[in-house]
Amino acid sequence: MAKSEMGKKKPKTSRPMIEDDSVWVLGTHMTKFGRYPDQDTVDLASTSAIAALQDGGVTIHDMDVFAAGTLFQASSGMAQQVQKQIGQTGIPAYNVSNACATGATALRAVMLSIKAGEADMGLAVGVEQMGKMGLLGGAGSKKEAKVFAPSGRYGAVTGTDGYIGTAGMPGVFAQAGMGYAYENDGVGFEQFAKVAYKNHLHSTLNPLAQYQKEFSLDEIMGAPVMSYPNTLLMCCPTGDGAAAAVLVSGERLKSMPKKVQKRAVKISASVLTSDPWTSSAQVQPDVNTLTRNAAAQAYEQAGVAPEDLDLVELHDCFATAELIHYDNLGLCEPGGAGDFIDSGAPFRDGRTPVNVSGGLISKGHPIGATGIANIYEVATHLRGEAGDRQVKGAKVGLAHVIGLGSACGVHILEKAV
Amino acid sequence: MTAKQVPLVDYLHIGARPYLKAKACTSCGARFFDRRIACGNCGAQEFENVRVRNQGVVTSFTIVHRAAPGIPAPYVSAIIETDDGTSVRSNIVNCEPDPERVKLGMKVKLTTYSIGTDDEGLEAIAFGYEPA
Repeated sequence: MAKSEMGKKKPKTSRPMIEDDSVWVLGTHMTKFGRYPDQDTVDLASTSAIAALQDGGVTIHDMDVFAAGTLFQASSGMAQQVQKQIGQTGIPAYNVSNACATGATALRAVMLSIKAGEADMGLAVGVEQMGKMGLLGGAGSKKEAKVFAPSGRYGAVTGTDGYIGTAGMPGVFAQAGMGYAYENDGVGFEQFAKVAYKNHLHSTLNPLAQYQKEFSLDEIMGAPVMSYPNTLLMCCPTGDGAAAAVLVSGERLKSMPKKVQKRAVKISASVLTSDPWTSSAQVQPDVNTLTRNAAAQAYEQAGVAPEDLDLVELHDCFATAELIHYDNLGLCEPGGAGDFIDSGAPFRDGRTPVNVSGGLISKGHPIGATGIANIYEVATHLRGEAGDRQVKGAKVGLAHVIGLGSACGVHILEKAV
Repeated sequence: MTAKQVPLVDYLHIGARPYLKAKACTSCGARFFDRRIACGNCGAQEFENVRVRNQGVVTSFTIVHRAAPGIPAPYVSAIIETDDGTSVRSNIVNCEPDPERVKLGMKVKLTTYSIGTDDEGLEAIAFGYEPA
């Protein structure tokens, strides 16, 4: 559907000024996601951090605060290790770990320091090196018990994954999608598979994506089943990569050259939520409620509506997840996520392009990097620098991540100068 | 052949008439299966043991083909909403692991089965739900 058919979308006539207390993305970068057997996380994070600084035309000596996010190396002192590579200036350094929202949370650590008036400028980096970790979630709980003795908070006498349903990620997110299919019409295997078709198609235009290969719907639906309805081609891969962003206060940005201001992207909303109590979440992670809460707060903060979004990068760790987030983020009518994908709306040339980067499914998901890589993607489109995959005339975009446990980060970015 | 038995988890009551037992917050009614310090919904610290209804419907499922080591696959993992509104995660048993057989909204009931015996002859009993 063409944008003109929407009726709701009105062109922004007045662009916001640079307010002193606003926060902006000044520079940003992501490495190509993939596998880097000859580099480690410090190499990847440092490379991306320096590139983001260069992109913003600043140096580590301009930074007042630094945050580094990694999940699997959460206790490694990543921030200080990177400082030792790129410049030990003695500034506050935060090590951040928050499931798949790790990168977004690192970004927010810098943002909050600027908001608090403690910093004018700061650097956030997210990194992960997963190699070929295989399935995440339930593995390793199945050691052959010699003695059935109750232990843990459920008094289990042996590992429960596989006996009390699944704890594996493809299955957990399959159940999240099938729960939506239970409550809403027009959602099934084919709708979920179309999400993967779209994201693989999008990835062919993104040179930074881990995989850049188009697959037919038949190939996707016929691929080996991981956890029905998620086939192998509907699951994100494991991989390595880093992403970084330099943030600056509006007050400081105003003193910078017009050319620099023009490339800066405004963070109109930055929200982090955790789970409110829900009955079903006692047995199955509820990825919906906290995403809905985060989206509502973000739209309120930014003063924009879902109809205003020119592109969305959302957390498609599995195809079943992307579909339900159409609804959670208000991109479609309530209950209408099946129609939304069937109509072609989230394709690059559709009404609300979703995951034009290829998404986690094709671009990859080095966990700590993901929540900054989506900021990179949206910012790059708003700057008009996204090359072949550019969403033309993009002015407003949304980046969403969710980590099980749960933590949800939503950012709304605007081209504002 | 009367081996001693132990439930897989302590919220399963085994015996002639098995059922799941939940801890219900006496203040807000929220139900939990794990050991509690306080209620995650309202923060109150008093709970009563309640017996969960054995009948329910499948509100979501997945058919797991790539399972944890040692677990026979494919198997069906599901979310059950019992007739008293309690959410339970469980395997669906006695039903072919095929999307043509397992259906959203399918009525199911609790059952138990053995998952093996340890070195001391103690038999672990797990629960599942089967088509009702």
